[in-house]
Amino acid sequence: MPVKNILIPISFLLLLTSCGSKQSNDSGDTLSGNISIDGSSTVFPITEAVAEEFQKVEPGVKVSVALSGTGGGFKKFGRAETDINDASRPIKPAEDSIAKAHNVSYVELIVAFDGMAVVVNPKNDWCNDITVAELKMLWEPEAQGKIKRWNQIRSEWPNEEIHLFGAGVESGTYDYFTEVIVGKSHSSRGDFTASEDDNVLVQGVASDKFALGFFGIAYYEENKNKLKVIGVDDSNDANGAGPILPSIETVKNKTYSPLGRPLYVYINSKAGQRKEVQEFIKFYLDNTTTLSEEVGFIALTAEELSTQKAKWDSFITSLGGTQ
Amino acid sequence: MSKRIDINRIKDNLFRYFGIGCTLFGLLMLGIFLYSVVSEGFSRLDWQFFNSLPSRKPEDAGILIPLFGTMWVMILTSMIAIPLGVASGIYLEEYGKKNRLASVIEINITNLAGVPSIIYGLLALEIFVRILGLGKSLLAGSLTLSLLILPIIIVSTREALKAVPKTIREASYALGATKWQTTWFQILPASAGGIVTGVILAISRAIGETAPLIVIGAMLYITTLPSSPMDDFSVLPIQIFNWLSRPQKGFIVNATAAIIVLLAITFILNGIAIYLRNRWQKKVKW
Amino acid sequence: MRLKEKIIEGLLLMCAGISILTTVGILYVLISESSVFFARVPITDFLFDTQWTPLFADKHYGILPLVTGTMLTSAIAILVALPTGLSIAVYLNEYAPKSFRKFLKPILEILAAIPTVVYGFFALMIVTPFLQQFFPNMAGFNALSPGIVMGIMIIPMISSLSEDALYAVPTSLREASYGIGATRFQTSFKVLVPAASSGIIVSVILAISRAVGETMIVAIAAGQQPRLTFNPLVPVETITTYIVQVSLGDVVQGSIEYQTIFAAGIALFVLTFILNNVSFYIKKKFHEKYE
Repeated sequence: MPVKNILIPISFLLLLTSCGSKQSNDSGDTLSGNISIDGSSTVFPITEAVAEEFQKVEPGVKVSVALSGTGGGFKKFGRAETDINDASRPIKPAEDSIAKAHNVSYVELIVAFDGMAVVVNPKNDWCNDITVAELKMLWEPEAQGKIKRWNQIRSEWPNEEIHLFGAGVESGTYDYFTEVIVGKSHSSRGDFTASEDDNVLVQGVASDKFALGFFGIAYYEENKNKLKVIGVDDSNDANGAGPILPSIETVKNKTYSPLGRPLYVYINSKAGQRKEVQEFIKFYLDNTTTLSEEVGFIALTAEELSTQKAKWDSFITSLGGTQ
Repeated sequence: MSKRIDINRIKDNLFRYFGIGCTLFGLLMLGIFLYSVVSEGFSRLDWQFFNSLPSRKPEDAGILIPLFGTMWVMILTSMIAIPLGVASGIYLEEYGKKNRLASVIEINITNLAGVPSIIYGLLALEIFVRILGLGKSLLAGSLTLSLLILPIIIVSTREALKAVPKTIREASYALGATKWQTTWFQILPASAGGIVTGVILAISRAIGETAPLIVIGAMLYITTLPSSPMDDFSVLPIQIFNWLSRPQKGFIVNATAAIIVLLAITFILNGIAIYLRNRWQKKVKW
Repeated sequence: MRLKEKIIEGLLLMCAGISILTTVGILYVLISESSVFFARVPITDFLFDTQWTPLFADKHYGILPLVTGTMLTSAIAILVALPTGLSIAVYLNEYAPKSFRKFLKPILEILAAIPTVVYGFFALMIVTPFLQQFFPNMAGFNALSPGIVMGIMIIPMISSLSEDALYAVPTSLREASYGIGATRFQTSFKVLVPAASSGIIVSVILAISRAVGETMIVAIAAGQQPRLTFNPLVPVETITTYIVQVSLGDVVQGSIEYQTIFAAGIALFVLTFILNNVSFYIKKKFHEKYE
């Protein structure tokens, strides 16, 4: 009996291994290789869509996309552990130095625009808009442990607990939000539900009457029937008076401020010399207009897109073309 | 006096109904849970679901990769944990009776059985993934789960060995066999049923584990089947966890369908184990 | 021949020794990483600060919010599982016909075999919406729902171990009680349960330990907001959920985030270690009583 027990799993294993390797054997004249991508969960839906469509066209290329957050992704990118980093904010000087220390050079491309949505639960009938000053009061570090109820923000609002949901510290959304709302990047209260996975935030706000949260607009668009978006008033009449709701126009004409921002991908130069990476980025740029809108973000204009394409083309030329 | 007796009788009967109620509560909950999962997810189960890669569109997404991952993990974990666990059980039960070291090991195993599974994840993160540099590979994951289920296999091996009557051993020694010959040719075959039962239950536990694999970093989004033990991987419970965190209804349906698959595998394994246990218990009429 | 025997014995011993290595490994990993943590954070802060915000601007390293999250969910679980499990044990032992008992035990075992991620699904998708009908202000992430579901999960633990304990009570006690005219109810709760109390207490402590160490149910349904509260209707975070949350992102070895998961880990390990060993001690000490 013991001998039989060993034979069965071994033969099973051999069977499986042969199944597994059949996948990588049909290269032929199509592209092959691995592309590893990490970074922002905000940009993730676009990159995921591009990767999926790309792999339908080029099945020999394996694209893996992870979601460590913009900051977490940059840490890996700087150590040359990933080829591409999705980012919902520009790279920081500290992160750039780490990259230089590892001999990583890169190019930054804009792939779409986002208007970060501030959302509440649909059963919330008292809150339809909020000012930047009120958001600051709610999210700054000094609010930790002290600002806990809705009526502390605006006295007409109910005397109930406020449950906050926001991006986690590895997230570019977090860095960006804190920079433009609190005034200092990476500086906020700590007693809220923080997650680098925006889906958790959507679920949290959608199921909790007293919740308030923020995330990329695509996540709002995807879950419109479960969430209520509120207008943001930056108290700057020159930039559109009163509270403004995020939409394609308000993000493009910059009246939805300060929560409108570009979304980036960063490509490692060494990776950029590989044919499959070049094809992937070309595919990305060619399809980002349709796919980012499909996902719920704001697409680049034709003009903006050709600027990015030109930037990419000159980057490749500077690398010395394909290997 | 008779009033007292009546009150007591009423209490007695009341409790009987309460007891039945509690029992039914457990069964009812089980029934509700299983019904909700099957009703929501059953329609999603089709060939496409089993054969597809992950996708951003729930209708296109499938469990091919995590299912393969679960199979791989099951096999690798068995290959590691079964020899180690059975060998340890044999040592503790047959060789280690007078040994002080053996009793230390015994206490140790009892403690390890109660350590939360996520702690094994932390152990694996530091030692397998970092120090030994295995990364978040199938091998690292299987090693982690092996350590986790080792106490279960050891305990059930010991129980199975204990059940073999002393007379068998004594008869074997009387014929001049060595300890190992006795163990290998007499005791093991006699206890094989019990050992196999314990092993199957342990493996069933291993494939349902999620937390330690998340800690070592099993990827939530991979697009290719693993083809070697050093590859990145995902397993069914992690895919379920990932789909559950997505608010779109389509992914929740996918999660329930995947749950049906996972439960089916779990119940089949447990069913085989219980059947074997019953058969073995009937067979062993010394 | 003798040499071969010795070699085999040595090999078997080495295999058994793996379990020692495992424990050594766990202790080494937890202690080495947390000692770096505790070099930066005073242990008094860790034990007594009421906020856990290690990753934010205003850094607090108090483990209490995570501990209360863990304790709150576990307490709810025991409140569900203890009366139910014990009643089932008493019922099966004294009231139920033998065939019923034989049929029921494997079904209860099924409850114990279901993977915890599936229980997490039940908590989030079925129990929480159900409870929200009674508590409309209850948050989607809360402690009540995973607590109840964890309780259901550990019912077999309590019922099975308690039943074994009740079964082990000598028949003489049982018969004496019936002999003086006691009902089954009186016998069970005035004679048998007290007699089996050590075994029952052991089962409860082990069940608490199981609930404390549980990860997936609370990670899915309890929330990710560390807060020091006893309100079961709001989002909380347990020690285990925190470890999962950080692991889902990127943990760079050597960073303070990496060390916090080991500090949380060592707190969890200490809690479950104490619970487990108290129960072993009780089991050992009181087992002799009826020998």
